[in-house]
Amino acid sequence: MHAEEKFTPKTWPASPEKATLEGKNKFMGFWFFLGGETVLFGSLFATYLALKNKVPSDSHALTTDIFDLPLSFVATMLLLTSSLTSVYAMYHMKNYNFQRMQAWLLITVLLGAGFLGLEIYEFNHYVHEYGHTFTSSAFGSAFYALVGFHGGHVAFGLLWIISLMLRNAKRGLNLYNAPKFYLASLYWHFIDVVWVFIFTVVYLMGMVG
Amino acid sequence: MSSLAQKKGFGATVWDYLTTVDHKKIAILYLMSGGFFFLLGGLEALIIRIQLAVPNSDFISAGLYNEVLTMHGTTMIFLAAMPLIFAFMNAVVPLQIGARDVAFPFVNSLGFWLFFFGGVFLNLSWFMGGAPDAGWTSYASLSIASEGHGIDFYVLGLQIAGAGTLIGGINFLVTIINMRAPGMTYMRMPLFTWTAFVTSALILFAFPALTVGLFLMMFDRMFGSNFFDVANGGNTIIWEHFFWIFGHPEVYILVLPAFGIFSEIIPHFSRKRLFGYSSMVFATVLIGFLGFMVWAHHMFTVGLGPIANAIFAVATMAIAVPTGIKIFNWLLTMWGGSMKFTTPMLYAVAFIPSFVAGGVTGIMLASAAADYQFHDTYFVVAHFHYVIVGGVVFALLAGTHYYWPKMFGTMLNDFLGKISFWLFFIGFHLTFFIQHFLGLMGMPRRIWKFLPGQGFETGNLVSSIGAGFMGAAVIILVFNIIMTQVKGVKVGNDPWGDGRTIEWAIPSPPPFYNFKQTPLIRGLDAYWLEKMEGKNGLTPAEPIGDIHMPNNSILPLVISFGLFVAAFGAMYRPDGEAWALPVLVIGLLITLGSMFLRSVIDDHGYHIHKEDLMDDDKGGKA
Amino acid sequence: MKARLTKWRLFSIVAIMALILSGCGEPFLSTLQPAGEVAQTQYDLMILATLIMVLVIIVVVIVYAVAIIRFRRKKGDTTIPKQVEGSHTLEILWTVIPIILLLILAVPTVTATFQLADTKAMDKKDADGNREALVVNVRANLYWWEFEYPDQKIITSQDLVVPTDKKVYFNVTASDVKHSFWIPAAGGKIDTNVDGVNTFFLEFDGEKSEEAGGVFYGKCAELCGPSHALMDFKVKALPQDEFATWVEDMQSAGEPKPTSDLAQQGQEIFNQKCLSCHAVSPEDGRPESARLAPNLATFGERNRIAGILEHNEEELKNWLEDPEQYKPGNKMTGTYGELSDEEMDALAEYLMGLKVQD
Repeated sequence: MHAEEKFTPKTWPASPEKATLEGKNKFMGFWFFLGGETVLFGSLFATYLALKNKVPSDSHALTTDIFDLPLSFVATMLLLTSSLTSVYAMYHMKNYNFQRMQAWLLITVLLGAGFLGLEIYEFNHYVHEYGHTFTSSAFGSAFYALVGFHGGHVAFGLLWIISLMLRNAKRGLNLYNAPKFYLASLYWHFIDVVWVFIFTVVYLMGMVG
Repeated sequence: MSSLAQKKGFGATVWDYLTTVDHKKIAILYLMSGGFFFLLGGLEALIIRIQLAVPNSDFISAGLYNEVLTMHGTTMIFLAAMPLIFAFMNAVVPLQIGARDVAFPFVNSLGFWLFFFGGVFLNLSWFMGGAPDAGWTSYASLSIASEGHGIDFYVLGLQIAGAGTLIGGINFLVTIINMRAPGMTYMRMPLFTWTAFVTSALILFAFPALTVGLFLMMFDRMFGSNFFDVANGGNTIIWEHFFWIFGHPEVYILVLPAFGIFSEIIPHFSRKRLFGYSSMVFATVLIGFLGFMVWAHHMFTVGLGPIANAIFAVATMAIAVPTGIKIFNWLLTMWGGSMKFTTPMLYAVAFIPSFVAGGVTGIMLASAAADYQFHDTYFVVAHFHYVIVGGVVFALLAGTHYYWPKMFGTMLNDFLGKISFWLFFIGFHLTFFIQHFLGLMGMPRRIWKFLPGQGFETGNLVSSIGAGFMGAAVIILVFNIIMTQVKGVKVGNDPWGDGRTIEWAIPSPPPFYNFKQTPLIRGLDAYWLEKMEGKNGLTPAEPIGDIHMPNNSILPLVISFGLFVAAFGAMYRPDGEAWALPVLVIGLLITLGSMFLRSVIDDHGYHIHKEDLMDDDKGGKA
Repeated sequence: MKARLTKWRLFSIVAIMALILSGCGEPFLSTLQPAGEVAQTQYDLMILATLIMVLVIIVVVIVYAVAIIRFRRKKGDTTIPKQVEGSHTLEILWTVIPIILLLILAVPTVTATFQLADTKAMDKKDADGNREALVVNVRANLYWWEFEYPDQKIITSQDLVVPTDKKVYFNVTASDVKHSFWIPAAGGKIDTNVDGVNTFFLEFDGEKSEEAGGVFYGKCAELCGPSHALMDFKVKALPQDEFATWVEDMQSAGEPKPTSDLAQQGQEIFNQKCLSCHAVSPEDGRPESARLAPNLATFGERNRIAGILEHNEEELKNWLEDPEQYKPGNKMTGTYGELSDEEMDALAEYLMGLKVQD
């Protein structure tokens, strides 16, 4: 099958992301990449757990002081929902329904942007309310490294999905760009899964102390 | 592409190499730059041995000595051994599995340029205020305390080079899984391909730990964080864990492909199939797996407690079992064979006892309670040089001679090769054997000078003389390479005679599309099988048809260059340089911008048409 | 080439034998001449491991030698050897035997690892709440060592003094960067981390320490900066009664009393230029962070100057003249300005007179 071939919903293959050798390679390569990313985040989690609440003096804020559960709960819901909407987008991609895919991707992007906005607000709040910064203590360094690294991934994911949407807005789906959409959504799921762990390990466990 | 074979001017050739995505050319790039860094690291080694030849020597100053020892280790591991391994993986793996290229040619090129710019960046430290000086392990308390920008060069340079290695690893995993020719089942893969596969998996899971470690150190040194600052709640042992969670698998990342190279050479020159192929595969996978379970044996003296030490001691000893299996399989491959002692075979044969010596001292080191005495002494220095030089460097030198014809179409002079082998072999044992005893006699490692009257004089002098032999061997090798390329006598498909794997069935060097027709693999050692049935070449799996090829691109170089620029900005920003922040931003914009271009510009590659392939009947020496 | 290879092998065996026969390093420094329980345990493990490994090497070398001698290709030989796939019997054999050999090593390794980590005695108190074990707090600094005896309330530097034939327990830590505390002949080693305190113990054999001249060499084993190589210390192993006397002398030493006018002059210079970092009394109540330089109370009785130079007045003056030349990167260079020849004489006189024993 040729990458730029034109399709109809009838001729569109069942797994367009894996229909070409290039697509198959990308699909597998990206899974491996996520494997490496897992180790990366695993290391950051380990660092966080080792340095959690390690501060130079009593005047520094601890997890029990700063975290606001409702806020991070809303953020979690936004990101979880965005993961679901990206599933819808991929559903329509597999059905060769470009417009609907774009629409669901747009919703995904909006939800992701909402999450990012909340995170920026949250960081800002910690800095100004509690003096909890990247440089104030080992705890601060580890917290912002882990959560900020994730935030950076969200921002990169947003840029990625937006560029894909704009680049392909006029020409629709083919076997060349289908794997690209698919990988972006895979990446988005991965970010979501990481966040579930951050929510549990950092926020929920942080409330307990 | 009407004419596949055309002469190019010098500028066009350079441009071709800067933009190439062909695995064979990338292999040559890796070989040349890895070779250059190998010479550099060797020079640093000689400086170390000159300094330590006599007691109380003042050949170089203490600060410079620490820089030289750090750069020797860092260069040899990251900038010489790794890229040379990648050179052979690139040159050989796609050919061995009957593929036309790797899975991601663009990423392959990106991997090389990241390594290249990372390596250049690291070495620029010599000219820009001093090299890193905290050892290749760069333990946190010392590296955080280190003044100047040396450690910054280490952190940023390795970060860039490491990213290249990581994507290279992913590339080879996918290549080996997805791109094998019809009939090439996993259990028919040549052992070098198998080791490349396991090594790539190790890279994938080990390098991110280093990445995080380097990030934390970068933040601490350049952005004011407190990961390793004890006064602010930090902890320096975190660095040690991350470094060795990466660092121990790294040893296997290096040595497994070395095993792979020897597993090709020994059967080749014994005219006998590899003894116990399936147990060799099993042992390779098992070593890779256990490699992740043993990192804390580098940290026995840190004070992790007897429980952790005992567990890691026993886990480490377990690795001896699969390694032993390999040794005996090689011995039994030679047993009953018809051995021809060419230069590559000499290295392979010399490797066995040398590596066994390194292996048994490894077991001694695994014995935690005894390791308290060995740790950080010259005993350890001797041990890891026995495995890394006796294993990895022997393999790289053997591979250079063995695969040279396949990569360049010419044969290195066997006589000169043997001379350089003997010098290297004798020099190697002379240098490192005695260091075991120096360590046991109480000589710590990484010392700038030793004072007289401690019984270290003779051993160190002998060791330094040995290093001279190794230096001479490398000079002869370089001379050999230059002479061979100047003469430029071309050779055929299978210049060593008894080729078994399919890369020996195609021209040397292969045409840029490798295989005119994808071969059908009918068993282990497919080319040997065909030859034994009296056939001349491989059985094709498809009729001649159009071949899809990837386009060249300058973007990998630009992406890497952007990070190279950004690194300078990151490094000088804490000094309060006004230009630093803009440089950091510009560098990152160059990188992200070219990644964006890569994402939005379609790249469908091109096709070589059937008719052109037909015309190209000589095998298409492009 | 066959001959050459075997010759080479013979040569290396001879070389090993020569090394073994020529002794195993200096008795005050070598791990191969263990002078105490810990080093002995480690030495025994070493020997056990070596024996097992020699066994393995012999088997490999025999198979190897026979293979490369018997199965060389004759010129023009074109026969194809039998293509052997493998042998299950052999493979099981060379999997099982190494496992057994490793178990033989693993059991004593684990036992010794736990045994050498046993520092429970440090917490044991007698009826009066006093600790029975002798404990020394070791603090590693760029590039010197401090030894504090917390129960005896005395501090010394550079020369560790210990009783023989008795376990000595150590708390080790570092005050700037990571170092590692190692007395090869007595056993070792343990890292002095900046993050916390490690504990371990050593024992010094009376007879062995006599053979070694009563003084063992100690080393820093972790790269810590330019003068890592020169961060040596010495260990004076005294019989238990002599050690008790030394402790009493230390406790009763008090402030130094210069005996001559020159020394008196030296004391004044010292108090003005050096005292803010160097204490001269074995009892130093200040916290660790205030103790910036080696305690000099026993300077006149030291074995070396700055851990590395011969202990005499001339070397002392050389050291004071330019410490940087002898220990690059040390923290003393440039902290006390230029010294005139007269000041130097007075200071040397004073310092050499700093003793706690007669």
